[in-house]
Amino acid sequence: MSTTDPFADVSDLDRKRTIGRVFVGLCIASTMVGIVALVTLLADVIYESWGWLSVDFLTYPPSRFPENYLPGGRGAGIYPALVGSVFLIALTALFTVFLGVGAAVYLEEYAPDTRLTSLIEANIANLAGVPSIVYGLLGLAVFVRFVGMGQSLLAGALTLTLLILPIVIVAAQEALRAVPDSQREAAYGVGATKWEVIRDVVLPAALPGIMTGTILSLSRAIGETAPILMVGAATSMFVAPDSLLGPFAAMPMQIFDWARLPQAEFQHVAAAGIVVLLTVLLAMNALAIYIRYRFETDLS
Amino acid sequence: MSSTDLTRSATGVGGRTDSLVRYVFFACAALSVLTTVGIIVVLLEGSVEFFRTVSVIEFLTGTEWSPLIEPVSYGVLPLVWGTLVITVGSALIAIPIGTATAIYLSEYADPGVRSVVKPILEILAGVPTIVYGFFALSFITPQLQRFLPWEVGTFNAAAGAIVVGIMIIPMVSSLSEDAMHAVPDELREGAYGLGATRYEVSTDVVLPAAVSGILASYVLALSRAIGETMAVTLAAGMAAQFTTSPFEPIQTMTAYMVQIGISDVSVGSIGYQSLFAVGLTLFVMTLSMNLASMWIRSRYREEYR
Repeated sequence: MSTTDPFADVSDLDRKRTIGRVFVGLCIASTMVGIVALVTLLADVIYESWGWLSVDFLTYPPSRFPENYLPGGRGAGIYPALVGSVFLIALTALFTVFLGVGAAVYLEEYAPDTRLTSLIEANIANLAGVPSIVYGLLGLAVFVRFVGMGQSLLAGALTLTLLILPIVIVAAQEALRAVPDSQREAAYGVGATKWEVIRDVVLPAALPGIMTGTILSLSRAIGETAPILMVGAATSMFVAPDSLLGPFAAMPMQIFDWARLPQAEFQHVAAAGIVVLLTVLLAMNALAIYIRYRFETDLS
Repeated sequence: MSSTDLTRSATGVGGRTDSLVRYVFFACAALSVLTTVGIIVVLLEGSVEFFRTVSVIEFLTGTEWSPLIEPVSYGVLPLVWGTLVITVGSALIAIPIGTATAIYLSEYADPGVRSVVKPILEILAGVPTIVYGFFALSFITPQLQRFLPWEVGTFNAAAGAIVVGIMIIPMVSSLSEDAMHAVPDELREGAYGLGATRYEVSTDVVLPAAVSGILASYVLALSRAIGETMAVTLAAGMAAQFTTSPFEPIQTMTAYMVQIGISDVSVGSIGYQSLFAVGLTLFVMTLSMNLASMWIRSRYREEYR
């Protein structure tokens, strides 16, 4: 009797199992590449900055002489750029919160289901994919030249605003969408107008989500170099920027300037600058996560 | 609202504030359209000025890019070549690694591992690009110089491609994983029922079912690599040249724009105008890739309910 034995194919199954194991191994190894790259990057930055980071680094302007940056030197650091970045982000936050939430409220609460609306939505998706340096050209031609703001703090902040606006709008839209309709209808039921519903019901409920999305976008803006470079951020400012229409320095620009100097010592200075930048970034992200967990109420 | 609108604003009770607010919000949304129009107008206007001096043919087919040093020449191809080298190189790294990461996270990893690994990879995407540039200069290039038998320059295309590749891994892995995650479990269970192994389910069922989302993530990641600026400027240098050696410096379109941005080129000069011609070329390339990505996703999308 020679019927086909369904289990005769055991060797083939073994082969498949081996292939499967190799495959999982490759997938895990690939996943590790990303993690190892991140750890290596952070370790490299910290290693290079070791011994070059001090309190003086935060409170002194940059210097042409690398020895001034060392502890015990005459004092040199990132101060004007740090202050510049803080101003830049504060202004950008002011503009993006207003414009981003406004646009999101229109798209979620008012917009009729027309071609114009879908055009605006498709347009926002596309804007998010435009390289940041192109926004720099826009800022250069419109704010710096056409409007005549010059290479100023305000021009830089407006350029960064346009850059992150698409991300803020999408984040705010998601937050608004998470507010259940029952809440809106309850407010309408007691006689609220549309604006009252949005102001007193929808926006307060969506606020934590909006804040989280905005802070995360701002943390992207603070690390952007290319747009503010095109707008004309200063590379060697020795006093903190003090007016909207005056020149400005910013941390990423300052780091770029240090990194391309030929003296090897400046690599360490650049690394110290990166540690400061990443610390600010980390603090912003931590704040965003804190707001998400602290204020997120269960809406459903 | 589909039913009869009985809210006060619809019946005219709401008053002037209500209609005014609506216009303010509309203006905010319209600003995004205005931004797009602004980008296109600015790029076209600057380019038109530029093409008064340099012919479009010379710009698009010329093989010498030397805008600041006599004899001047405005052939954009060396810059496009530089961008292409970085893009292809970074794709060779990010596409296999990103896809395999996505398969692991979606098909193999248990939820605990997944919830730890995903945020870590997203940190990679949040690191400022200037930091990647520094990483290339201070770590990757020295390692290449130490371990490779060939002559490796301080600025070289390989280091640029490697850091950009690392940078776009999370883009590929995260978007691909979303696509694989959306494949319904019935398809997997059906295949298991037929005796397929986990490997077969991953490669023969899940991958084909999620192919539109995966391809779209590739195109989007490549578009990001094309527009990447600071990392390639620091890592790959500012020498516009055709070279097939990955260990020599090159210049991408974006790096050229940085070079002009940090130099004292006066407004209205040909150097200033060339900024917009190169910017337009870059914009057209990234826009068409973003549109292609959207098209792939909608064209090949399988609807599962």
